Amino acid sequence: MSFVGRRLVQLVPVAVGVTIVVFFMIHLIPGDPARTILGIHATPRAINELHAEWGLNRPLASQYWLFLDRLLHGNLGQSLIYGGPAATLIVQRLPATLWLIAYATVLAIAISVPLAMIAATRRNAIRDQVVRAVPLFGLGMPPFWVGFLLIYAFGIKFRVFPVGGYGIGIGGHLKSMFLPSLTVAVALSPVVIRSLRASMLSVLGADYITTARSKGVPGRRLFIRHVLRNAVIPAITVLGINIGFLIGNTVVIENVFAIPGIGQLMINSIFQRDFPVVQGVTMVFAVMVVLVNLLADMTYASLDPRVSFDR
Amino acid sequence: MTLSGGSLFGAGGSALTELAPVPAERSAQPRRANWYRQPALMAGLVITLILVGLALAAPLLTSYNPIGQNLNATLQGPSAHHLLGTDQFGRDTFTRLLYGARVDLRVGFIAVLFPFCLGTILGSLAGYFGGWVDLVIMRMVDVVVAFPFYVLLIALVFVLGPGEKSIYIAITIVGWVSYARLIRAEILVAKRQEYVLAAQSGGLSNLRIMGRHLLPNVITQAIVYAMSDIVQDILAIVTLGYFGLGIPPPTAEWGSMINDGQNFLSTHWQLTTIPGLAVVVVGLGLSLIGDGLADLLRPGQS
Repeated sequence: MSFVGRRLVQLVPVAVGVTIVVFFMIHLIPGDPARTILGIHATPRAINELHAEWGLNRPLASQYWLFLDRLLHGNLGQSLIYGGPAATLIVQRLPATLWLIAYATVLAIAISVPLAMIAATRRNAIRDQVVRAVPLFGLGMPPFWVGFLLIYAFGIKFRVFPVGGYGIGIGGHLKSMFLPSLTVAVALSPVVIRSLRASMLSVLGADYITTARSKGVPGRRLFIRHVLRNAVIPAITVLGINIGFLIGNTVVIENVFAIPGIGQLMINSIFQRDFPVVQGVTMVFAVMVVLVNLLADMTYASLDPRVSFDR
Repeated sequence: MTLSGGSLFGAGGSALTELAPVPAERSAQPRRANWYRQPALMAGLVITLILVGLALAAPLLTSYNPIGQNLNATLQGPSAHHLLGTDQFGRDTFTRLLYGARVDLRVGFIAVLFPFCLGTILGSLAGYFGGWVDLVIMRMVDVVVAFPFYVLLIALVFVLGPGEKSIYIAITIVGWVSYARLIRAEILVAKRQEYVLAAQSGGLSNLRIMGRHLLPNVITQAIVYAMSDIVQDILAIVTLGYFGLGIPPPTAEWGSMINDGQNFLSTHWQLTTIPGLAVVVVGLGLSLIGDGLADLLRPGQS
């Protein structure tokens, strides 16, 4: 079987597991889920209707089957607040979230790669020490707090960037989403810088670098053609591994900057106790992580000729 | 996991005061690893102990009540009476910061224990027995990892209802996977070592081999990771507090303090900034301990 095929087969148990977790979320609610979700003022009729819709009177296995059957037909359930299908709400909100993720990834690379290069090229010099201190401070910064600091600095003190919303058109998105994307990128950078620095150092110690040096390849060219190209591959892997962290942070940051994405939808739905939407968004986030990981693996395989997947 | 090499940040907590030469990562230079000679570890311990001390001594350091409102003195700037000013209910920010440390540090330190134990046990079982035990446990890991950390955490706390107990349960469900992966990888290597083979051929029970022989040799990695994990947990608690899903108000907690300050960002930025700085300092202390421990425990430096 091809690498892609095998990788897809591996996804099956994960996909089943994800649906089980999302399904069981309503059963973690203490007491009768329908009564808790609809609130104490709910009429018995409304409660009965929800029981019927979710099959809460049936055995657990049968309930799960119902849930899975609907899911396979693209039905994530009905929103209890908006009335329409949860899937529609999610699809409407998805573009803003995807923008934020992509923009933040680009900014994270733009921050991390130069800093890691600065550190790795002069090992243990002062500039290396400074870059290595970044994770010590960066890892402890709550991302939403960084968002507030950026809002204060660039939105209130110096009115350079808008501090909320999604913007109109590509130019508008680029401008409105700059601060939120920067916030997510700042949260991600310490991890990426740390890994990139280590991988660049190991590349710099490799035999082919010594060979290139002895041939007299000039420093800048050596770094770009030989070191950077080989250090990009681990960078992709690091980004792939941390995509869950990145996506999780977008949930928080969308709420700080009032971006109409699915993260904001999730938190709003939590406050409105709109359970099917919370379930749906959770599921979509998991699908995103799984797909990005798949993509990262495939990019990794195609970029690095040394990687052979014929195990 | 820390990837940095011999950390050499000065003992004063400043990163640049002392640039002592360190041996390269894989150099065979033997060095007596006296823990008190490890600047990063010492700096981290000092920072963390000072923070814990401040939290414990909170009632001695301030005479205000962290939840006592004084509507005649709202939103004041720093003064002799209120070192860091007051919030919109006239509560003393410095007092709330100290009492907030009690909550955030306590919950953070306790929250790390459950995933640490669960992950270590499951990771040991997976690594030691292999086969279908390994398969089942690692598929569970795959499923948990498929969810973004904050998404699953927020969803679980929402479902379980706000409060400390929900935070512990949610962090355990989400957090055990890192320990399981780490310990499993270590056990896979360690179980082929001769001392384990000797113990097996000596007829010791699997439980005894795992508990008395393997675990002491592999647990160090998990302890190092736990240091950065406490930081993650405190960040999670603070973030939940920001969403109003964490420790319920009016308890002083850094996340809800940042959230309260949000509305006054343009006029009273210190209300938002100061609690966040407290989190950063906690993160710095624990990261330094983690880095120092990693250096200290790195094999080859007996």
